[in-house]
Amino acid sequence: MNNEYIIEMLNITKEFPGIRANDNVTLQLKKGEIHALLGENGAGKSTLMSILFGLYQPTSGIIKKNGVEVKINNPNDANALNIGMVHQHFKLVECFTVLENIILGVEPTAAGPFLSTKDARAKVMDLSQKYGLSVNPDALISDITVGMQQRTEILKMLYRDNDILIFDEPTAVLTPQEIEELMKIMKNLAKEGKSILFITHKLNEIMEVSDRCTILRKGKYMGTVDIANTNKEELSRLMVGRDVKFEVDKDEAKPKESVLKIKNMTVPSKVHKNNAVKNVSFNVRAGEIVCIAGIDGNGQTEFVHALTGLEKMSEGHIEFKGVDISHSSIRERSKSGMSHIPEDRHKHGLVLDYTLEQNMVLQRYWEPQFQKAGFIKNGAVRDYALKLIDQYDVRSGQGPVTTVRSMSGGNQQKAIIAREIDKDPDLLVAVQPTRGLDVGAIEYIHKQLVAQRDKGKAVLLVSLELEEVMNVSDRILVMYEGELVGQLDPKQITVQELGLYMAGAKRDEVPAEV
Amino acid sequence: MSNTTTMKSAAPKNSISRKSGLISATNSILSSIVCIIIGLLVGFIILVCINAEHAGEGFMTILIGGFNNINAHARNISKEIAEAAPLIMTGLSVAFAYKTGLFNIGAAGQYSVGALGALYFALVLHMPWYICILAAMLCGAVWGAIPGLLKAFFNVNEVITSIMFNWIALYGVNELLKNNVLGKMYESTKNKTYVVRTTSAGSAIPNMGLDNIFSKSTTIAIFIAIIVAIIMYIIINKTTFGYELKACGHNKDAAKYAGINEKRSIILSMVIAGALAGLGAALFYLSGVGEWNPNDSTACPAIGFNGISVALLAVCNPIGCVFSALLISHITVGGSCLATAYYQPEIADIIIGVIIYLCAFAMLFKMLIGKVVKVKSTSDANADPQIELHEPDSDKEAEKEDEE
Repeated sequence: MNNEYIIEMLNITKEFPGIRANDNVTLQLKKGEIHALLGENGAGKSTLMSILFGLYQPTSGIIKKNGVEVKINNPNDANALNIGMVHQHFKLVECFTVLENIILGVEPTAAGPFLSTKDARAKVMDLSQKYGLSVNPDALISDITVGMQQRTEILKMLYRDNDILIFDEPTAVLTPQEIEELMKIMKNLAKEGKSILFITHKLNEIMEVSDRCTILRKGKYMGTVDIANTNKEELSRLMVGRDVKFEVDKDEAKPKESVLKIKNMTVPSKVHKNNAVKNVSFNVRAGEIVCIAGIDGNGQTEFVHALTGLEKMSEGHIEFKGVDISHSSIRERSKSGMSHIPEDRHKHGLVLDYTLEQNMVLQRYWEPQFQKAGFIKNGAVRDYALKLIDQYDVRSGQGPVTTVRSMSGGNQQKAIIAREIDKDPDLLVAVQPTRGLDVGAIEYIHKQLVAQRDKGKAVLLVSLELEEVMNVSDRILVMYEGELVGQLDPKQITVQELGLYMAGAKRDEVPAEV
Repeated sequence: MSNTTTMKSAAPKNSISRKSGLISATNSILSSIVCIIIGLLVGFIILVCINAEHAGEGFMTILIGGFNNINAHARNISKEIAEAAPLIMTGLSVAFAYKTGLFNIGAAGQYSVGALGALYFALVLHMPWYICILAAMLCGAVWGAIPGLLKAFFNVNEVITSIMFNWIALYGVNELLKNNVLGKMYESTKNKTYVVRTTSAGSAIPNMGLDNIFSKSTTIAIFIAIIVAIIMYIIINKTTFGYELKACGHNKDAAKYAGINEKRSIILSMVIAGALAGLGAALFYLSGVGEWNPNDSTACPAIGFNGISVALLAVCNPIGCVFSALLISHITVGGSCLATAYYQPEIADIIIGVIIYLCAFAMLFKMLIGKVVKVKSTSDANADPQIELHEPDSDKEAEKEDEE
């Protein structure tokens, strides 16, 4: 009877000074199942997994493997128990090949110190065939896609003969296609007898692959449910503690005059010789949400960079509120009423080592409101930050003086959104604004975007999430290989049809004027 | 009305920030002091190894530093103060560039070119001292600007260019001085440039009566250096310009996204760093602490390189630079007072070297001290549960790194 479970974490409590991160949590993983661990940001999922991986010791509670109590004092113990983990941010050596990364730490040697990769290569190729994880073992990590990097991480675990696999938010960084692939791989792994712990807050994925799901809320154990007997609504209620709306509440758009007119924009690519954006023309009107849909890497990033001034375009014109801003600087565009929620919040959106209040004024520190004769008015900055923190519910340890690096991803994103929306822009460019966030935060951000629209502002949303594209936008433009291949009405199109446009299987002429 | 509510909530948050800021500043200072103490201990062990009999006496000599032979016209203390002033400047030069994410290893070159500027305006043109200082700053600024321009427009690593520029500056200045290309500045009988105070009295930095207490080379240079340090502190921490520079240093992409001209920031940062190093040279030569020896072609001016030590020990804090420069000057002078029969004065350099080496661990010390402080004040820590929710993660990261 005991052997039904390969790993049991029984009545785990973990206390940190002043907080109980896990409060009497029980997690039982059956052999060969995919078990989801669901919870909002900060619900204690990471702490629980860190305990299983030996990074923390529980304050109370026990861990059993195959019914026998075990002590996991460090990750090496976890490894010895065949527990492996794919971290959300991969732990790979960029300048090593796939094979070199897989064998790193358990390098096979022949005749003393000399590396012998022959057997290792054979084993890796075997594994990759068995589980459908095709990779090129000699490709450099820096040259391959994020999806391929993740496969390398999975192979790393398999190479070490791990049979309890922990996936920490594995889909946060993947494109829809890669997610589909990963789901297949996970099912394959489970079929071959591996047991999988799948940490996520995306309900669709749980519904698709998991057998059972354990839910945590604010450190407390909310229960374990069979996926076959539940639905998204129940899961989200257990996770958030209230009903969450998946449909975005919004009325019919009442578009007015065109705010942004883009004519024949062409942007050269930095990676290859072709143009990343080819001859793109369209308008965005006040009071509507226009969404640029497409699979990642079809020129959306370059398009947004050219629009906001981060990169130069080689041809074309941008007209914003009747003024040609084709050659304006980033600052001038921002001043004239354009806000930009960037795709990569760590690279562009935030100075992570600045405090929250310093980040809140990143786009406006030069305004007379915040400086006098070049001296920053600390009091004004503090008051402004407090106002935004309060208004947009940005949570952090020490309020305005928190170093942004120490904040959770969701709250970092909220800080950016607060900053960009509070500028009261006429055009809000939001690029993947909900990436990696939990349902509560996503609901909130979608509401903000619709609120902007209803205030008569123009919103240009760039998204890879089909659900977001369908739910939030008033008009969809599909970008494929740097060109606009379709203008669609979300109310009249199905997800399948949209997918065809995104994959380049279908295309129409896109009118430049609406 | 909304104003009053924000003010209310601002009051407690203000005190939080002041408190946490104070703790972090205290930790920085404590960690630097730990480095200094360990460095001194290592120095003592070296003294024991070389000559155990005189180790105690030698160690005291180094500790006393400038206060050795205090009766002999306060010669040593004068030297200590006079040498600290230019050291503060080169320290500031390195620290300032570092705030923009640049490692200005070229302070020695900027210092050399600054020295040439100061000497030319003093010895040949007989300009008043403040003009000479400005000339030195301008020369240093130009020399700093070139690596800055190369970095901004061609992404050439500033470390490599500024190292090369150190040697170009040194040999260039030596040649120009030795052959009296720009005018009569080199006194070949003494192997040195002419003494500024006797050749052009108006070009020497005034003493304002300090020479009654100390030696002639103790001028108001030290006050100039301290004032400049305070100005730098204000620029970095209180102005929009400092905000932009630091943003570039922390995250170039985010700075660009925010509309900050990051190329301009890089160039300006190097220009200012160069000017600071040039000013350091002016403070040294116009005070008459020493004269330039153009035959010494093997080493760049040590004050230039020691600026790196000063900045590191001060964790790049401008005010900290004042104290770390004084300390390094103190130990160096102490070293030079060692009885040469038993020890070489370079012992002081070893001690400084160990201290700087330990500064690399300063972050570690800071963390350990932070932990001790935290354990003591756990009762304060449960103010907001949200704090702790994220801290486990950062601890976890640290532990992971330890594992690797």
